[in-house]
Order: sequence, then structure tokens, then C-alpha cells
Amino acid sequence: MTAKEFYTRMGDGKRVTMTREKIMDDLQAGAADAADMGAIPQISDDDLERLADIICDPNRAVSVEPGNEVVLTYDIGQLDFTGDNGNSGAGVDMGRLEAALLHERALGSDTFELAHSDYSIKPVKPVIAMEMQTMEEIQQEIIIPYFYGAMPNMGLYYAPDGPYGNPADLMREFKIDESMEQSEKAASHLARDIEYVGNKIYAASADGFDFDTIASAGDADFVGSLNGIEALRKANPQMYINSGMSGESVMGIHGAIEYKGNVVAGMFPHQQVKMCEMAGANVFGAVCNTNTSKSLAWNMGRAVTFVKECVKQASIPVHCDLGMGVGGIPMFETPPVDAVTRCSKAMVEIAHVDGV
Amino acid sequence: MDVAHFMASSMGGIRTAGDMVARMEYAKNMKIGPAKEYVAKKLGISTLDIADEHIMRELREEMKLGVVTGVPNAPRGIAAKMNLEKLLDIKINSCEKFRQSLRS
Repeated sequence: MTAKEFYTRMGDGKRVTMTREKIMDDLQAGAADAADMGAIPQISDDDLERLADIICDPNRAVSVEPGNEVVLTYDIGQLDFTGDNGNSGAGVDMGRLEAALLHERALGSDTFELAHSDYSIKPVKPVIAMEMQTMEEIQQEIIIPYFYGAMPNMGLYYAPDGPYGNPADLMREFKIDESMEQSEKAASHLARDIEYVGNKIYAASADGFDFDTIASAGDADFVGSLNGIEALRKANPQMYINSGMSGESVMGIHGAIEYKGNVVAGMFPHQQVKMCEMAGANVFGAVCNTNTSKSLAWNMGRAVTFVKECVKQASIPVHCDLGMGVGGIPMFETPPVDAVTRCSKAMVEIAHVDGV
Repeated sequence: MDVAHFMASSMGGIRTAGDMVARMEYAKNMKIGPAKEYVAKKLGISTLDIADEHIMRELREEMKLGVVTGVPNAPRGIAAKMNLEKLLDIKINSCEKFRQSLRS
């Protein structure tokens, strides 16, 4: 007799069928990979069985049990409506006020944010007065916490887009010391820009600042962002600060740069969260990137292992990043609903996150 | 994807008390359990009820906390947030800035 097969997904979103035994094998392998990489405990056999139950549920969409609901936060602001497919945007032009209120009143958002179309700290500086006016206007109407959101995106500070030498080019020429020096200068510049933009937008009534994809340009990007957050916290003790990461591991492009005596290169979510706590963030956005060649089970087992340990060690709330290609969700611009709801439930009920 | 997360695991924003729980996480660094308990206690209902649309729709209108449907004369925006400040015993930045803009 052939073993029963269940519909599931690959990390690129493609639908496949797998037996429960194969799903369990992949869950164990993904969890073991995270435990090995992060030097953290593996999730329990009971957790693995519960994850298998979630994946093998015969219904297309699954959900948490009543009473287990968590906070739903958003990044990228209105660009999910107005942006192009590079942002998984729907390409529908509309005002930022309308987009914010639609998220509040039609999409069940517990928080939302204002965003510039380039969604990075650096390009906001020249248009900060416009952003302040829009923030003030929308705050008159909206009820849910309304942030300003942007990526630190330190890559914009390197040649050819910015004033500092590009570390990748310099390292190719074996100019290692110069590469490290340029990263440090870019990190200081980023911190100054975060402080400038953050203080201005908070003065314009923002509830706070959502940092999206911290450390996307590596360890110096992480340190620059942390120093920026620290400056904002010092100036604005009541500001809501969300620190969302870009990957499960901080890339060591500098390799030795430190935050408060800690080398940040190679840090995993349970270590990243401690840095964000020290800087003064209120909420940490944990990330685990999806491997498109592996199954949903492998990616989910791996992501839940990383995030569960992070939640355990965190003193602040942890919201798991559950967008395209993170948190076990397939790397695809329209992620299948069956996969999204399974990852959502798994992160809430197994990893015990405080929000998604 | 927004709708998938909303259906799978979220509180529902101002359909329920999701905005209030979010405010306690950000304003006081409360984790989800204590944040829900805090909000439930302030509203005088259970932690299960604060995510129940049937209970929260009426309660929000009664307590003037802002409602998800278009109701003429119901407080929204700054007015609703000022009522939330009193209920939750927190300060909200946009309300502070609004007060600062008024002539004394």
C-alpha cells in the first residue's frame, strides 16, 4: 500500500506532494541545521510533531486557536498597494492617507507606517519636510500606531551611489584596512542620518520608527543602525522603535566592527536581539531566510528553531518577519496562502512570537 | 499575503483591541501575554474577548475608542486616541503634539 501524500510546497513556492515521514525528515533536518549553525538547542520532538500536524492539515488555510492571536505589524507602508513588483506591490496608485486607512479599516492591521517610495533613510533626507506634513495629516485621522518606516540600506553610502569607497571593490584589490575604514565611516554617516530623519519625523507626531532590513549591507550596517537607534532613544524616551533584521546571520563584511564591545559579525537572532535591546529598541523583528531548493518543512523547521530560541532569550517582544522569503515562507512574490498561514500558525503557537 | 496573516493569526486591529495590545508592546515593552492581560483588565473583559469582534465592536463605540465602520459623530483619529490614552494610562505622541499646538 502506498503511503498517503500531502500537498505542500518547496521554498520557491512550487506545489509538491510528500509523505508525513518525508515531511518529518525535512523538519528534523531544517531544525538540526539551525541548531548547528546557531549553536542553539534543537526544538523538541513534540514541537516537530506539532509542526508536521500543521503542514499535514488537510485544509487549504489554517489558523491559530481563539485566544492565541498576536499583533500584526507591517513594513514597507503603502508600497504594498502602490509599489511595483520589486516590492511585491500591486501597482495601484493611491494617496498615502487612503492606503493607511484601508490597512486600518479593511486589512486588520494592528500598526502601520508611512514610507517614501525609495524606502531608505538616505533619500528621505531631502524630502523630510514633505514626509513630516504627510505624517501630521495622517495622524489626525488614523487610530492604530502609525510609524515612519525605512531601510538603513547602507549600500547607498558606498561608491558609485555614495561618498565612501566600496568595500567589495577595495577587498578585491587587497586593501583590507581601507575597506574596513570606509565601512566605519559609512556606519557613522548612517547613524547621523537615522538621528536626523528619526527626530524630525517624531517631531511631526509619528508614533515611532520601523527599521526594516537592518544589516542588509553587513556588520557595519548593523552597528550604524544600532548607534542611530541609541541616539533616537536618548532624544525621545517614549518613541516606539521597531528593529527588523534582514537575515538570520549578520554578514561580516567588515569582520571586526563592534557594538558595546561585541563583535556583531556572525550574530544569529538570539544574539542580535540583545544588541537591539541595548540600543533601546522596543520590539525586535527576527528573520530567517528561506532556501528555495528545500521544502516548506525544511525551511519551517529551521526558522522555528532560530526564532523560538530568540523569543526565549529576548527581554523585549519579538515579531517574526513573515514576508516573501523569510520565516519559512516561500521566496515568491505572491506566496501561496496555504504556506503563509502554516508559517503564521507555527511561529505563533510553536515559536511563541509576540507578533508577526 | 496581508489577508492571509490577518486570517491566520492576527488580532484584527480596530475590529477588536489589536491596536491597544500593540501600543502596550511598544510603549511598555510588554510581551504578548502581559499586554493582552493589561488591555483586558482596562476594558473589563477577558483576554479571549479582546479579540472578539462581536464584543469589541460595541464596546469600542460605547467607550469612544474609534470603530472600524463609518459611524457619523463617532470619534476617530486624535479624538479616539485621546480616549485611548486615558483608558490605557499612556501618552500618545500625536496627542501630545496636538495639545502643544493649541493656544493655552
